[in-house]
Amino acid sequence: MKSILRLIVNGRLREDAVDETVFLIDYLRQQIGLSGTKQGCEGGECGACTVLVDGRPRLSCLTLAHSIAGRSVETIEGQVRPGGELSALQRAFHEKLGTQCGYCTPGMIMAAEGLLRRNPDPDDDSIRQALAGNICRCTGYVKIIEAVHAAAAMNGEKAT
Amino acid sequence: MQIPPEFRLLRPATIAEAIQAYLQNDDACYLAGGTDLIVNMRRGIEQPRALIELNAIPEMRGIKQVDGSLRIGASTTLVELIEDPHLVGAHAVLAKAASLVAGPVHREVATLGGNLCLDTRCIYYNQSEWWRCANDYCLKSRGEVCHVAPNTKQCFACYSGDIAPAALVLGAKVELKGPEGGRTIPLKDLYREDGANHLSLCRGEILTALIIPAAPNMRAGYEKVRVRGAMDFPLVGIAIALRRDGDRLRDLFIAVTGSNSRPLLIEGTTDLSGGSLDVAAADKLLSRQIKPVRSTSVSYLYRRKVASNVARRLALRLWEGDGDFG
Repeated sequence: MKSILRLIVNGRLREDAVDETVFLIDYLRQQIGLSGTKQGCEGGECGACTVLVDGRPRLSCLTLAHSIAGRSVETIEGQVRPGGELSALQRAFHEKLGTQCGYCTPGMIMAAEGLLRRNPDPDDDSIRQALAGNICRCTGYVKIIEAVHAAAAMNGEKAT
Repeated sequence: MQIPPEFRLLRPATIAEAIQAYLQNDDACYLAGGTDLIVNMRRGIEQPRALIELNAIPEMRGIKQVDGSLRIGASTTLVELIEDPHLVGAHAVLAKAASLVAGPVHREVATLGGNLCLDTRCIYYNQSEWWRCANDYCLKSRGEVCHVAPNTKQCFACYSGDIAPAALVLGAKVELKGPEGGRTIPLKDLYREDGANHLSLCRGEILTALIIPAAPNMRAGYEKVRVRGAMDFPLVGIAIALRRDGDRLRDLFIAVTGSNSRPLLIEGTTDLSGGSLDVAAADKLLSRQIKPVRSTSVSYLYRRKVASNVARRLALRLWEGDGDFG
């Protein structure tokens, strides 16, 4: 049964008629066209669908859209700065070759973004912990961890 | 994309409303964090017609400390549990166990109550609809035969929650509320040795809180072995709590997950107190009572051996005071 769902998506308030059975990932990708968030395993095992809900990472394939009514969702599309400038994490993943085929990258970046907001200068162990639920079948993870460090450094420079 | 079955999503604001909603809807199911139930729904294992979400109920959240004992609301998320400052001393074993559940993003939404009431798992059950149909289903769901033990009429699916063993060794109780009112029972009695029906909850009953008694002078630890280190259900998980008086063992409690259809509090460990820690005798009790079967991709003989070794190591570590929670 459809009912009106109010959500803040990437900073903008939306009201959409959404079925009760719709998962957040399908709402984002199919109903409002934000296909940057990827669907991998449909079982919470790969982390590709990670988005932020009220600033904390969340698996959108295991979240019913109506369960987070009234809250704020951020996806990879919302990371780009006004004017089209890439976020620190996006730039760092690009420059440090933290992305190859790119399928896991939106989930990696959103999980890493959640980490950097809580811990602006994480050590290797904290990064590994925060990204433990995100699978990448290309890079071997080393470049990804380097990219998160680089993004933390960029953010640090900006702050000083 | 797998099409989820049709269902209604209800979000009651109180426990009474939740119970009412359960009674008014056919095939209703309570939903906590959803990190296991929704996966099962996507695989067609569970097909409830109404989901009653418990996360919006304020009275089921939060941790309170009274005279050293803890009352933890069932909707408390695992991240909240891990970060809570009340979980100190032996109680910290709950945070340790919670920190080893699934992956970091699951723990953001997964709840204490959900983890305690986790469905049992089996290699013949946690599969896609197509896979299970091709195998003629199984005794736990829609089938006639348990593929693990075809000659029996019992389901051997395995309990895999990490927090229950940690709570069992601390002597936890659970608060339940249902259509007939409320009751508080030992956590041990929440479970039974039947993989297809492992919880003793009555129809419509909700686990609302976990009660942990004070644990003075106790040392407790939890260790888990799994295939995928970053995120996996336990092949076996061992929780131990003990009290030591000089060279004498005063109390010893051991609980195991991943070995039976329920989290198993090992019986007979009180007989071991009085002298020094007898690891071999404790291991003998554990080995006799655990019953790992062919319900995972890893050999049950390996799980048996690992359970013994992990328990021995953890018991010695706690005995020598070299634990995280001395």
